[in-house]
Amino acid sequence: MSDATFLEFVVFFSAAVMILGGAVGVITMKNPVHAALGLVLTLFGVAVQFVAMQAHFLAAVQVIVYAGAIVVLFLFVIMLLGVDESMDLSIEPIPIQRPLAAVMAVGLVGLVGAAIVRARDALIIAPGDGIATAADAGTHDANIKQLATNLYGDHVFAFQLTSVLLIVAVAGTVLLTRKWPKDVADTESSDA
Amino acid sequence: MLALDPILEGPLLWTPLFIIIGKVLFIFVVGLVATMFMVWYERKVVSGMQNRIGPNKAGPFGMLQTLADGIKSFFKEDLLPTRADRIVFRLAPFLAFVPAFLLWAVIPLGGDFSNGNDGTVTWFGHVTRVQLADPPVGILWVLAMSSIGVYGIMLAGWSSGSKYPLLGSVRASAQMISYEAALGLSLAAVLLSSGTLSTAGIVAGQNSLVDWNVISTGIVPFVIFLIAVTAELNRPPFDLVEAEQELVGGFNTEYSGIRFALFFLSEFMNVVTMSAIMVTLFLGGPQPLFDIPVIPGALEGTIWFLVKLFAFLYLFVWLRATLPRLRYDQLMDLGWKVLIPISLGWFLLLAALREFSPDGDAAESLRVVVISFVVAVIATGLFAAALKVSARNRAAANQPADNTGVTV
Repeated sequence: MSDATFLEFVVFFSAAVMILGGAVGVITMKNPVHAALGLVLTLFGVAVQFVAMQAHFLAAVQVIVYAGAIVVLFLFVIMLLGVDESMDLSIEPIPIQRPLAAVMAVGLVGLVGAAIVRARDALIIAPGDGIATAADAGTHDANIKQLATNLYGDHVFAFQLTSVLLIVAVAGTVLLTRKWPKDVADTESSDA
Repeated sequence: MLALDPILEGPLLWTPLFIIIGKVLFIFVVGLVATMFMVWYERKVVSGMQNRIGPNKAGPFGMLQTLADGIKSFFKEDLLPTRADRIVFRLAPFLAFVPAFLLWAVIPLGGDFSNGNDGTVTWFGHVTRVQLADPPVGILWVLAMSSIGVYGIMLAGWSSGSKYPLLGSVRASAQMISYEAALGLSLAAVLLSSGTLSTAGIVAGQNSLVDWNVISTGIVPFVIFLIAVTAELNRPPFDLVEAEQELVGGFNTEYSGIRFALFFLSEFMNVVTMSAIMVTLFLGGPQPLFDIPVIPGALEGTIWFLVKLFAFLYLFVWLRATLPRLRYDQLMDLGWKVLIPISLGWFLLLAALREFSPDGDAAESLRVVVISFVVAVIATGLFAAALKVSARNRAAANQPADNTGVTV
């Protein structure tokens, strides 16, 4: 085992511990703010894995979008609504939820395991294979350019559909949270 | 790894290793000294603007006042509120402080960029850059670190277990989320004109005054970026986060001693780093305006960088001494209804210019601008009409005063 692969293992396992530790934290922490911080740890671990695989852009976006925007929004809502008290995790409002989650978790582990066993040969590639890195293209932005061609060239239709989906979701949220004006009859009777 | 710094190419030797360690130490020291200087500078300039003397006891012109305050804060009692969340309360100052430091890693602090040079210098026979690292994602690192910095402020307010800090941190997160969009969009305009994410690449692209991004993107992204950065930094006139008159001290009310000092330092350090980032993005970083005689090229870059940096530092102090604080609704209106539409529209205009008039031909550019302007007017008109309709609906819903029974 050469030094480089040893280093890769160290990075991989420390990031994996971060990811799993954060994930366990999310579901076991009693306080929602602590759970959200566990989620941040998981997202950071994923970003580290991206860097280890030479996908720098994905790593940066992972931190900016997920850690920097989405979890901040979670925390903001938790603080604004004042639901940051510790919860008793033994009380379960929806009784079927936990057994169902267990079944799904087992199923997911089975599926991923089966996929790994089936595709074992194809999975053994060096990190960064198939990703244009700065080293082999001789320029800084090869990684980003490749991503851009992929996203805005090959998959532009799917990309556009996704943005339509997001717009619909935003418009729907605005519509759902809007306070509709009361009926005229209603207001008149209350005035009287 | 290879792209981070030309010094890392080839086998790892002792000299490059020492150069890199030296750079890390240098940046650490420069960061701290710059912050201490900024605290003193702000106090001194503001006192000048307000007809006071300001710090004048410790050291020449009171320059060592910050050092004295820092040493004092080490010996102050470190309070932990009873209702505080212990772990998060202790973690928060570091979440604010560490990202502020890490930002320095990607800023080109000097180097010879004149006459189209690529900014590398040779130290002890090794080619390197006058910046710690030049990662391929360069400027995204800045965005990532500043979005981590938000956690420090949010969690400090929340973990204090007290209402004024909580209000301060809720305000802070709302403000930072709102202005990050405008910040990102004006940054996108710069990236469009530079065509690269690497900070060294962005600086190298601005090798004459007309190529400076402040001019080549047409001043508007610069102004928006400046306003958005002021809001991100919670500097006046956007300092609702720590409005003394309303919130005691904002998110850091419950902090004392060295933990408070860490927040204080990270705030001022962020002012310096964000100024440096604006210099890098818009004013060409270490790019010279003219050649200073005698001084060698690499040092000259640092001098130019410092000159530009000082202009921004003075501007921030000036803003603080001049402008009154915005009201909360004004803050949100400015962010969402003014800055985001303008920066988005400007970004589209720049993209259209690039696509349909790639050679910068005057007649074609004019045509693109006119068409874009017409489209913008139509879009603004539609938007205004929609706002008007919704305002009318709201007014009608609030007071169905007339007894004819109007439906809404």
